[in-house]
Amino acid sequence: MKLTKHAHRTRWLLACALVAGASVAVALPAAATVVRGSDSTVSTGRPTASSQNLEDTYRTYLASIQDEKHAGTASYATKRVKLIPAFARKYGLRCSACHTAWPELNSFGQQFRDNGYQLRNERDSPIAQNNAYIPITVRVTPQFHVERATKQLVDATPGDAKSGQAERTLTSHGFDLSGMDLWTAGTLWKNVSFVALLSSDNFASFHFEAVNLRFDNMGDNPWLNLKVGKFELDNMISEKRFLFLSDNGGSYATYHFSAPGSSVDFGIGDNQLGAELSGHSLNSFTRYSAAILSSNDGDPGSNNFSSYDANLNFSQAFDAGKMGIERLGVYAYIGQRPTSFQTADGADVPGTGSNRKTFYRAGFAGDFFLHKLEFLPYYLHGNDNAFLASSTPSNSPLLDGARDASWNGGFLETHYHLNPQIVFTQRVEAIRMSQQAFPDMPSTLGNIDAYSFGTRWYPFMFSRAGLAVHGEYSLVKTVSPGQLPSEGSTVNIWTSSLLFALDFDF
Amino acid sequence: MSRVAREIASIAVLSALVALAAADARAQSIHGLPTEGRGSDTKVNTRVGRPSVGKQEYTRYCAGCHGDRGDGMGENTQWIDPKPRDFTQAVFKCRSTPSGTLPTDQDIINTMRRGIVYSNMPQWRPLPDQMQADLLSYIKTFSPRWKTEKAGTPVAIPAETPVTTESILAGRAMFQKFECWKCHGTEGRGDGPSASGLTDSKDQPIHPYDFTTGTRFKCGTTNADLYRIFMTGMDGTPMASFADNIKGDQGWDLVHYLRTLQPVRTPEATLWKTWLATHAGELKPIGPETGGR
Repeated sequence: MKLTKHAHRTRWLLACALVAGASVAVALPAAATVVRGSDSTVSTGRPTASSQNLEDTYRTYLASIQDEKHAGTASYATKRVKLIPAFARKYGLRCSACHTAWPELNSFGQQFRDNGYQLRNERDSPIAQNNAYIPITVRVTPQFHVERATKQLVDATPGDAKSGQAERTLTSHGFDLSGMDLWTAGTLWKNVSFVALLSSDNFASFHFEAVNLRFDNMGDNPWLNLKVGKFELDNMISEKRFLFLSDNGGSYATYHFSAPGSSVDFGIGDNQLGAELSGHSLNSFTRYSAAILSSNDGDPGSNNFSSYDANLNFSQAFDAGKMGIERLGVYAYIGQRPTSFQTADGADVPGTGSNRKTFYRAGFAGDFFLHKLEFLPYYLHGNDNAFLASSTPSNSPLLDGARDASWNGGFLETHYHLNPQIVFTQRVEAIRMSQQAFPDMPSTLGNIDAYSFGTRWYPFMFSRAGLAVHGEYSLVKTVSPGQLPSEGSTVNIWTSSLLFALDFDF
Repeated sequence: MSRVAREIASIAVLSALVALAAADARAQSIHGLPTEGRGSDTKVNTRVGRPSVGKQEYTRYCAGCHGDRGDGMGENTQWIDPKPRDFTQAVFKCRSTPSGTLPTDQDIINTMRRGIVYSNMPQWRPLPDQMQADLLSYIKTFSPRWKTEKAGTPVAIPAETPVTTESILAGRAMFQKFECWKCHGTEGRGDGPSASGLTDSKDQPIHPYDFTTGTRFKCGTTNADLYRIFMTGMDGTPMASFADNIKGDQGWDLVHYLRTLQPVRTPEATLWKTWLATHAGELKPIGPETGGR
């Protein structure tokens, strides 16, 4: 099929709009609060047969930038992270027993989690606890932060919408609050565990970040555990338990990246809905998990029911003597998304998606210790089927030249644990498109480079609550579509965050 | 699903099945007993500890209960029952050495890995061997005994005798004769007439072990672990050593009887249940003024 000139232009506009949306979601977290789903999923929109005018999509995107939803006025909307002083209180262990530097788990914490938040000392069941004990924890982070973003589209003359558009660097700063985690987790009975995590944005609008029930050590076998509900994927490097909080550094771009123009709404860092079978050796040095998940990126009540994804993880740790414990893992996520729906009055009927096409993410992760120095390398290869990558319903022919989109992403994160109460962190991250959905799209469109560094100081360390004095700087470069006629096809947008926070959990 | 996806899924499923099969093979070694602790004592830690490194790890993992000074007075101690070990006394429950002597390094490492059931002492099995050795070397700085005394010689454990009805009956008679029931109760429930008044060496209340709910022992899981407890006692607790009273195979008789009290499927329990079905009336109740069978 020969493409018309108009088709080429609209296709390009759609790609620009969608990559811009994805890029802004990653690089400008303020905008991300608008486009992300309930668990901060980067959402580029589900494939629609054709309902939306593509040029309108692009204009909407441009308007979103002009609508003050930029980093300069960003509110703090970090990925919420997990630690549970409620467990420390239950078992009388210091935070440091389970965390290298909270919320990151150490090998003992990993075993504790793998056992269903049980120490297996015959005191795990609630009946072994004082009646007054309720496993609830609250985490909020008062903070001061500075946000800066280059090449933001604004009116050339402030207040005059007809004055044309200009690009400016916007900076803002001030005191702020994070969202809040309200988390309860523990055991209902011996070997029956639960998690209910309500997370809010900084306006206290809550959603279900995680709710699940887990049957642990089935048949008294640690290799058999079954979890059902909404949960974090068994990522070896957990984004929910990492040590960065700022708008730009507070999430792994690799975990939430969408290829330019792709309709896939999946992020491997997003909590998903489904069932997971997992197992581990007694010391959790060997671990596996296999999950079947609804194809809705963990969004309860969304349209994409009646379709399923699969996630597989395996990791092996080694005792490296004085160096510490070294772990290496591999993973694969194979998903599918419908490309067309039944409609009623033109609107999609939920759960009727069909003409599914596949995408996958696969790679490896590591957690290596050299004494007090910890390295966390991560690699991801992503691929979206051509229909998904070009947002084409599979009952329609592909546009000329449309092909799979693929990319490589990864990061190297480093922690230096000076002692159990001070940790220094840094992370360098990059995403490179290896194949765009259309040959005439700029090859670098969507690429991301990010760098973060910081420190956390835990002034006290005991088994009732936690406080971290947190400092962090993050810088992100995103290759976005050119926004003004004077620009080329792409433009580099730089965003940065400077954050000082009091991160407390009780 | 694409071909690549199917292949990845197949490999993963096969890997899981192999792992599960391996786990199941291990699980069959001690039928009916929980997996915790199995084999935990078989791995010998030969690494040389570094007290200076161990100090930081002790602060991270241990001090909350055992205290910064190792005196068992951490911030959690007030809430913990039983109380944490006081390392300044260098008195340890779980040993392979005779009562009153210091344990071997491996004994303490084993306790770290195994944890202690019905207490707040978790299983520190995931900690690297070197870290365990570092922790051990630091723990030994709390008491001067480690400088002036050597660890005792581990008690010898003879080969286990066959599990027979006669052995179980003999063990039951010993349970009566040595008045184990006074603390552990006539049915092994930890509710004997002396149970409520027991205290440890620091005058803290202490509870006898309840065999009818416990699937693991304080100091291990195997029959040999149980035999060892008779011979070494649990220093710092009212559980004395019976090394002077129990000779050779007698210890196995007691082991076999105690195994019948546990809520798990053991060869002893199976045999005992079969015998009881036809001979229960021949048994005299355990307790005061009776002689067992």
